[in-house]
Amino acid sequence: MRIPLSWLRDYVDVTLPADELAERLTRSGLEVDAVEKLGVADSELPWDPTLVLVCNILEVTQHPNADRLVLAEVEYGPGLVHTVVTGAPNLYQYKGLGRLNHPLKSVFAKEGAVLYDGHVEGKVKVKLKGKPVRGVMSDAMLCSEKELGISEEHEGIMILPDDAPTGTPLVDYLGDVVIDIDVLPNMARTLSMVGMAREIAALTGQTVRLPDPQVTPSGADINSIAKVTIEATALCPRFTATMVKNVTIKPSPFWMQRRLTMAGMRPINNIVDISNYVMLELGTPNHTFDADCVANNHIVVRTAKTGEQLTTLDGRTHQLNDGHLLVCDTAQALSVAGVMGGESSEVSERTRNVLVEAAVWEPTIIRRMSTAFKLRSEASKRFERGVDPEMLDLSQRRLTQLLSDYADGHVVTGMIDVRSQPKREVVIALSTHEVKRILGLTFTRDQVAELLAPLGFVCTPHDVDTLHVAVPSYRGDVSHTADLCEEVARMYGYDNLPSTIMADELPVQRTNLTREREHFTRDILTGAGLNEAITYSLTSREAAAKLDPAELEADHYLRLANPLSPEREFMRRSILPTLLESANVNIRERGVTRLFEIGRVYHPRPDAILPNEPLRAAVVLAGPRVPASWQSSTPESMDFFDVKGAIECLVERLRIADVTYAPSTVPYLQPGRAADVMVRHGKELVTIGHFGELHPDARERFGLPAVRIGVAELDLHTMLELASVPRYQSISRYPATTQDLAMIAPVSVSAEQIEKSIRKYSGNALSNVEIFDVYTGAQVGEGMRSIAYRITLRASDRTLSDDEVSKIRAKIIRGVEFDTGAKIRS
Amino acid sequence: MSIIDQLAHIEQDALSTLPTISSVEALAEWKSSYLGKQGAIAKLSRELGTLPADQRPAAGQRFNAVRGTLESALSERETVINSAAQNDAFTREAVDVTLPGRPTVVGRLHPSTRVLRMIDGIFAEMGFQVWESPEVETDTLNFELLNIPADHPARDMWDTFYIDTPAGAEKVLLRTHTSPGQIHAMRAHAPNPVRVILPGKCYRYEQVTTRHEMMFHQVEGIAVGQNITFSDLKGTLIGFAERLYGSGTKTRFRPSYFPFTEPSVELDVECFLCKGDGCRVCKHTGWLEISGAGMVHPDVLRNGGYDPAIHSGFAFGMGPERITMLRHGIDDIRWFFSGDERFLEQFV
Repeated sequence: MRIPLSWLRDYVDVTLPADELAERLTRSGLEVDAVEKLGVADSELPWDPTLVLVCNILEVTQHPNADRLVLAEVEYGPGLVHTVVTGAPNLYQYKGLGRLNHPLKSVFAKEGAVLYDGHVEGKVKVKLKGKPVRGVMSDAMLCSEKELGISEEHEGIMILPDDAPTGTPLVDYLGDVVIDIDVLPNMARTLSMVGMAREIAALTGQTVRLPDPQVTPSGADINSIAKVTIEATALCPRFTATMVKNVTIKPSPFWMQRRLTMAGMRPINNIVDISNYVMLELGTPNHTFDADCVANNHIVVRTAKTGEQLTTLDGRTHQLNDGHLLVCDTAQALSVAGVMGGESSEVSERTRNVLVEAAVWEPTIIRRMSTAFKLRSEASKRFERGVDPEMLDLSQRRLTQLLSDYADGHVVTGMIDVRSQPKREVVIALSTHEVKRILGLTFTRDQVAELLAPLGFVCTPHDVDTLHVAVPSYRGDVSHTADLCEEVARMYGYDNLPSTIMADELPVQRTNLTREREHFTRDILTGAGLNEAITYSLTSREAAAKLDPAELEADHYLRLANPLSPEREFMRRSILPTLLESANVNIRERGVTRLFEIGRVYHPRPDAILPNEPLRAAVVLAGPRVPASWQSSTPESMDFFDVKGAIECLVERLRIADVTYAPSTVPYLQPGRAADVMVRHGKELVTIGHFGELHPDARERFGLPAVRIGVAELDLHTMLELASVPRYQSISRYPATTQDLAMIAPVSVSAEQIEKSIRKYSGNALSNVEIFDVYTGAQVGEGMRSIAYRITLRASDRTLSDDEVSKIRAKIIRGVEFDTGAKIRS
Repeated sequence: MSIIDQLAHIEQDALSTLPTISSVEALAEWKSSYLGKQGAIAKLSRELGTLPADQRPAAGQRFNAVRGTLESALSERETVINSAAQNDAFTREAVDVTLPGRPTVVGRLHPSTRVLRMIDGIFAEMGFQVWESPEVETDTLNFELLNIPADHPARDMWDTFYIDTPAGAEKVLLRTHTSPGQIHAMRAHAPNPVRVILPGKCYRYEQVTTRHEMMFHQVEGIAVGQNITFSDLKGTLIGFAERLYGSGTKTRFRPSYFPFTEPSVELDVECFLCKGDGCRVCKHTGWLEISGAGMVHPDVLRNGGYDPAIHSGFAFGMGPERITMLRHGIDDIRWFFSGDERFLEQFV
């Protein structure tokens, strides 16, 4: 909402400088977006009061040496006359007419004035300097709107209205400050000059002056000429109508155009401008019909019939149904109530008589219609937030007065006033106890009344600490004691209320173990050298299909009804597609990526309207294992075992027992370099994720370079459920002994099988098993593999004797061979 | 030459050659040639028997004295040589300390995670527990129960992604704020007091620009009990601001509007970049908006299972990305969800 202070001052004395007023408004809930200053002292381009003046153009003559220039004789004060060279095309028509019978008003700038350069793009300041132009001295100018910073207009010089006072500094005539306010939905009352004036009056201790238009009506009462019937009584609480006859359509007066422009509306003609002016002044959107196009002068407010059509002022034809509210005559629809007028009864050049509607509408129907028809107007904005029904009388008086004054119309006596609902009277009982309970500060009953009264609340003492607060008709937003508490706090000043530590009972404290473990998982993975990414939960099936082409046709996705773009149309079922897209950027930019993400995926459920949102962890690794450096310029690249290392680290640190790995056949992993992660969950063996190297086909679909891309995605929710607290293991004081065993077996025998067997036969003395070498090749023969284990043995209560050690060793060798067929390498 | 004279000669000879010795090997040679079993002194001492018996004790003492002298000279020289050898080694092994160290591979947390943890931590100290609620919600929970009916102009405050659901089914959407968590948390606790924060992702149907994202995090907070006031809300948020931005941080409480709180408030902190003078970051206001809050609306309390005549409470919401951007001077929100490690690695 744009508030020109020059206009606001009609209704309230503005006692604070503009910037202080803006700060005061912001602190009171009217957030000021901008303070725009035009021509005034602290604006971007101040109009010097001694150099930039309102002037009279007395005569226009041809420049002696240039066809496209003229000389204007200008008067800028009693006896102050100056000749100005100008090329303004809008003066050509006055050339050679001699002394003008009807002098033109314009803006005169003397040498030394600082203005914007009209001939260059944007706002470039120049100081006016005298110089001869084609032999005639030019040391002053007539200004265009662009040169003054009023608009971008530079086609000709600015022409002011005839009553502009010659010799007056322009800043006194047109200088202004506009405060632009971001009006929140509950502040409908401030969507007008009067409404804003009320608020400012309350905040600064001033009083409001409402306009008091005087109208001289004539002829028979309108109630005998016209009629209004409200059929849709629930949707139209009040409808008023007046009539003005024999209007003349012409431009509205300069001051009105100026105010509308400063407030952000475009002047059209006197009728439209008056309608808009009153809406901005009083907050009451209204409508003017060409009265001769209203059949039988009978207005009917009703819902539309299905199949009915209406062409609105913007030329669009709307299909209507019974959810739409219309203002009609007895024959047809005239307008979409409160939203936009219809073409058939539009005020035009030929209009003689005007029927003026001022009404209020049920806000939600206006909102539904303006949304459905995509017709968001200044009117609908106000109606859907709530318009004061008791402001209609003044609005009608104002409208008819302005139509009489500026459209030369004759106002018909009286006003049609149909109320389908009783006047809204809201009285709220407010106790000081309630104010204290909500705000935390004790106010006396009379203090509360003093704070509320300036806002128009009428407070009547009810008992020693209770007020009956009558809510003014323009405060449709107030209906609870909580609303009144807000007003008390606002007037007292939010910053003046105390700040306290909650004294209320502290609720029972519980640890959110899952959340803590989720954060611990992040610490584990960053500790393993991975960077945490957060990618969009929204993706496309095409992106998912890069991982697995079957996804392209899949219907197990949550799909948006109104996506912003096809790339973000589906809720992800896997983190990997978006994470791989990020990885791609990193690999291309830096040749390496080490990312993980922890986040939700979204699985629709057939039996519920809301999806499951399981927590996942995903990893993508590619590129050199360590950064290249001067010590090692070609580090090894990461592969399957780097991803596995990260997973093992996670499993170990979360203390998840019984995790096993098996070859996987998931389609997006390269066969043979893919694994399932399995864990015992209760009695079942469940798969909690997959990892491995990205399948070359998938890699190609993602446009990734041909390097090994390690990926993993894990069901973190289940992992966190299985996480446990570490159990301390006593540390033996006796020395350990190590035994190295290289076992040869067919490659089909897994390392895990052999290790399991070693553990089984080692007994209590086993402290650790690790693999220190894996060999395939000629020395062990085709299809065979040697795995070398280092076994650490240690007893908790004694030093193991050589004899004991060799017995254990022999037992292991026998046992492993028995279980797996692996033989000791000699 | 008498034995004693010969001994003196050996001593003089040994002591005069010792200072010229500079290697451990030469020193060992010196030691064996003078003090060794086959050394000069040992050889000469074999001739002691040729002396008259009365001269032998004095000569023996003299031998011991010379031995002692040479041994202590040797040990002195040894120290000098060892220390020189060590110094040589140090010189050989010296490095250019300005060469870069061996790279360690350390991962980093996402900057939003860091700030979320800070927020969690500050509110945990004030007795708020961390709760979570779904990202995909019903229209009822995201709007209706928060006092935002359909066709209410306040709906303009949240541009919404809706899920494609069959006609007639309940509307499902991506939550536009973490506020539906208020209802979940209240219903789980009512009529007992509740004090939780609810961090999580939210979504808005909004063109992505440097300032606006379609996805972002929010942290909601709610405290409901029988004795919770607007002054408590102020105290809590000031406490938060002071812990996040340092004690003595100036704050400003402005009336605002949220359909689910009444009174509603916007919390500004003094711009920490310009100290309130006005700069680009604070849009020349001197203030930075960091949280919207208010007293829980009576209708919302009722929807949460509380009696607004007895219970009262406050709620607040804040955006970790905004706090992160201000903290680190990030001018483009789009980096947050890019997964670009050139961005991620700039943070701790």
